[in-house]
Amino acid sequence: MTGLLAHDALMVSLMLLLVGAIIGTLGIRGHRADWVQIAFGTVYANFVLVTVATLAMVYALVTHDFSISYVAQVGSRETPMFYTVISLWGALEGSILFWAWVLGLYSAVVVWVNRKRPGDLVPWASVTLLVVALFFAILLVGPANPFHAVFPVPADGPGPNPLLQNHILMAIHPPLLYLGYVGMAVPFAFAVGAIFSGEVVSDDWIKITRPYLLVSWGFLSAAIIAGMWWSYEVLGWGGYWAWDPVENASFLPWLTATAFLHSAIVQERRGMLRLWNLNLMVGTFVLTILGTFLTRSGILSSVHAFTTGPIGYYFLAFIAVVLVSTLIMVAGNSDRLRTTGHFDSPTSRETVFLLNNLFLTAFMFTVLVGTLYPLVAEAVRGVKVSVGQPFFNKMTLPLIVSLLFLMGVGPALPWGSASKADVKNKLVPPLGAAVLMAVIALVAGARNVYSVLAFAFVGYAAFANIREYWIGVRARHTAHGENWVIALVRLVRGNHRRYGGYVAHLGVLLVALGIAASETFRTEREATLAPGQTLTVSGHTARLKEVWGRQEPQRAVIGATMEVIENGKVVATADPRMNFYPTQSAPVPTPQVISSISGDLYFNLMAFDQNGSHATVKLIVQPLVPWIWFGGGVVVLGAIIGVFPKRKRRTVAATARQAVPAVVLPVPREGEA
Amino acid sequence: MTPSIKTLLAVAVLATAGVAAPSVTVAQQVPAGTTATARTSALSDSALDAQTAAVSSQLRCPVCQGESIQDSPSELSMQMREIVKEQLRSGKTQAQVKAYFVSKYGEWILLDPMAHGFNLVLYAAPYVLLLAGLGVVVVAVRKWSGGGKQPDSAGP
Amino acid sequence: MNWKRAAIASLAAVPVIALFAWGFTKDPNNIPSPLPGRQAPDFSLPVFASGEAPMALPVGDTVHLAKLRGEVVVLNFWASWCLSCRDEHRTLSQFAKRYADKPVHFLGVLYNDRTPPAIDWIREMGGQEYPSVNDRDAHTAINYGLYGVPETYFIDGKGEVAFKQTGPVSDEVLTRVVDSLIAALPAGAKGTGAADSAAAGLTPAPKQAPKGTP
Repeated sequence: MTGLLAHDALMVSLMLLLVGAIIGTLGIRGHRADWVQIAFGTVYANFVLVTVATLAMVYALVTHDFSISYVAQVGSRETPMFYTVISLWGALEGSILFWAWVLGLYSAVVVWVNRKRPGDLVPWASVTLLVVALFFAILLVGPANPFHAVFPVPADGPGPNPLLQNHILMAIHPPLLYLGYVGMAVPFAFAVGAIFSGEVVSDDWIKITRPYLLVSWGFLSAAIIAGMWWSYEVLGWGGYWAWDPVENASFLPWLTATAFLHSAIVQERRGMLRLWNLNLMVGTFVLTILGTFLTRSGILSSVHAFTTGPIGYYFLAFIAVVLVSTLIMVAGNSDRLRTTGHFDSPTSRETVFLLNNLFLTAFMFTVLVGTLYPLVAEAVRGVKVSVGQPFFNKMTLPLIVSLLFLMGVGPALPWGSASKADVKNKLVPPLGAAVLMAVIALVAGARNVYSVLAFAFVGYAAFANIREYWIGVRARHTAHGENWVIALVRLVRGNHRRYGGYVAHLGVLLVALGIAASETFRTEREATLAPGQTLTVSGHTARLKEVWGRQEPQRAVIGATMEVIENGKVVATADPRMNFYPTQSAPVPTPQVISSISGDLYFNLMAFDQNGSHATVKLIVQPLVPWIWFGGGVVVLGAIIGVFPKRKRRTVAATARQAVPAVVLPVPREGEA
Repeated sequence: MTPSIKTLLAVAVLATAGVAAPSVTVAQQVPAGTTATARTSALSDSALDAQTAAVSSQLRCPVCQGESIQDSPSELSMQMREIVKEQLRSGKTQAQVKAYFVSKYGEWILLDPMAHGFNLVLYAAPYVLLLAGLGVVVVAVRKWSGGGKQPDSAGP
Repeated sequence: MNWKRAAIASLAAVPVIALFAWGFTKDPNNIPSPLPGRQAPDFSLPVFASGEAPMALPVGDTVHLAKLRGEVVVLNFWASWCLSCRDEHRTLSQFAKRYADKPVHFLGVLYNDRTPPAIDWIREMGGQEYPSVNDRDAHTAINYGLYGVPETYFIDGKGEVAFKQTGPVSDEVLTRVVDSLIAALPAGAKGTGAADSAAAGLTPAPKQAPKGTP
């Protein structure tokens, strides 16, 4: 019953989307405002229908309705309720449904907020969103149908993948990822809308989409950090990033979106880089779909791979359509987008932003090539090769280190042109922090060139960004007599984008610092212990208290209780475990992490004795890892600060530059006031 | 190619091991008859350990998804690490140990593709793009800040 | 709208899509082995499950692969925790029985497992016609480039690996490969079976068998 209702809702939504896209297109071409309104209406209707289907799925999961195929696939009466609910996005079909829901949400919001704006930008954007939603609706009604009727109805199900039941971050990472990923469809839709409506020659469309881009970027950043945290705590090898194809898939659009965040500012200030920004925006969305394709097609082997099936072909078709049509649209309109501005001087923030874009794009390209190379190599050489961590670390480190440096230079240099005095005042003082950090790193034992440079540049950039705050606050304090707190608040409110950006920089620097420290100074040791014996790594001692076992409804658990000892006293305990699920042949390890400001003690149970007399435990000491997660939060904070709109003041010059040619001015349509 | 970061990392590991001056309780030999793989964590030969770690982090775990045998907790990985250690101890070079595994598993077992033949495209492409992009940026910045309002080719 | 430029640009999509389409025809998890065509790595492993007559070998004896040269050898790596191994067990066992008087040896190799559950598994599966040896430290498995179970290696009369089967083996594959390898044997190879245990490359166990493998 539930399944039938939900499936019907999705079918209706599919038809509505098709109708809406067609009527919308005809309405725009024929200047029929009422038809455009109908198209808007289908956006809202689609959201309602997909919400109904999603709620139906949640209801089915919670009531263990095994007559529905998805529930039969991932549900189980033994699974705790929390994990049952979040298994909505645990397997392929459910995740597509969730994708469609998030897309419906974003589409409905952006259309509703902008529904009164004159011109064809919003209508064309809506049609684009309808077409994207149409693809997912086809999937949901076809190969990814989660509401197949199952007969005979099984009494119970296998439950979600055990790896997805081990940790609370499983509830957080996928929704964040989808809110980030799917959100990139909105700027894409507006880019397409800008091309079709002709507004692409001006910059207003960027202003409209900026909040959605920033929100998506914020979610994507959080999702990547959450994913790192989750794999760190769950997978047991003590690392947080393995350059797995699907990790890369989430990272690639983040890189181009970050580049766009910077170069869009150059476009707004100087009217330049229009074509490049269009490429970035469209490219970000293409990378998003590419990432989804790589996850679901099975053509790359990955830790994340969902089950394969015909859905890969559908995605390939979608990518082909998106790729070809965007190439045609962008290349075909490239004539209109020639740069007509100029830079005042090569020594300026504008140039730094160009370099920022260069390095971010090179970074993206490097990761993309490495991810796809196994496929290319097999096609060309007929041999299977692996491209793993050593390659990616080696090739991206120089780019990362350069970007860290640029993060300190960009905020320091002014727009337009920097005088020699500017350069001296702004670029020299942070060098002290850089040298200090380098010395600390060297003293602590770092010998790798890139490690030391990373520490140095983190210091450099942190100093530069904090100093910008300091300069601004002090200026207000001196000029207006405000106290520091009020000055700070007013400073930020005067320019959310800039100061939010500096906060985001600091977040990234904290993440970089955490990564640099834990990679450079990590130590580990593995030992087989009997209860009472100890294991010491880098001055941290842990003693095995006991090896124990217990039976839970859905699994059997064996653990080793480790006591951390300082000065003869037990200060903490950890229970690394192995979980045995009836559906898996090999046990799933759950490592345990004891975190503090200075770093993590990471315990993993490697093996144990059947009679409990011994356990093989690995202890990894990783300095500053919690700073990575904290830094992620700071990045999100920066995005939140930055998303608030700028005050509506404009300079005269900017207004003059914004004059839009007459042909693009919105023409009132039939039926419009 | 960038200088051998592996060597530098190995040295860093050594240096850190020296600085940290750990005192390790030598764990008891696990008697046969347990699922724990018998192992002493004797660290008398820390250079051997460092080399084993260096080679192991370049070998892919065959039963995991993309992890190295150094990182993977799986049993096969631990056994492969033992073989790496034995071979290094018996005097083989790091390259010979890697060649042994390639002869058993194919090139796929190396996490870094061998740098010869078509694989060089993989290593060269990022640099080519970076240098080309750098060239474009330099030309663009010069043009844009030198000549004023000349229309030029669209975007970098 | 510059259609010429648009058309040229859209061509860039072609190699990308073609690559992905081609990717569908490949399985990224199936790694081809370099072993076929090369000498099969030698090993000496202890028997822990004797199998049935006429192929039975005493528990505790050591099997040396090198001594089996001259006849076809079918090496099957398995484990009691391996679900797919169950699919092929009956096929293998019955095939071995049918070919008992031919010049081919069947040997099971236990991978990353303990012998008590393995022996239980054999009993649960209704017995195993041929003997199984225990690869305790997986060194032999690694020597064969094993990356999962079950995997079956077919070794010809010259001691070279002729074929590797990844995953459960079918009767069709067994028949095709074993028949062709037997046909390629130099004339005069006789059928083995228990009667030839001395020639079957065994080291008889010392009088005091080790206290049962753990």
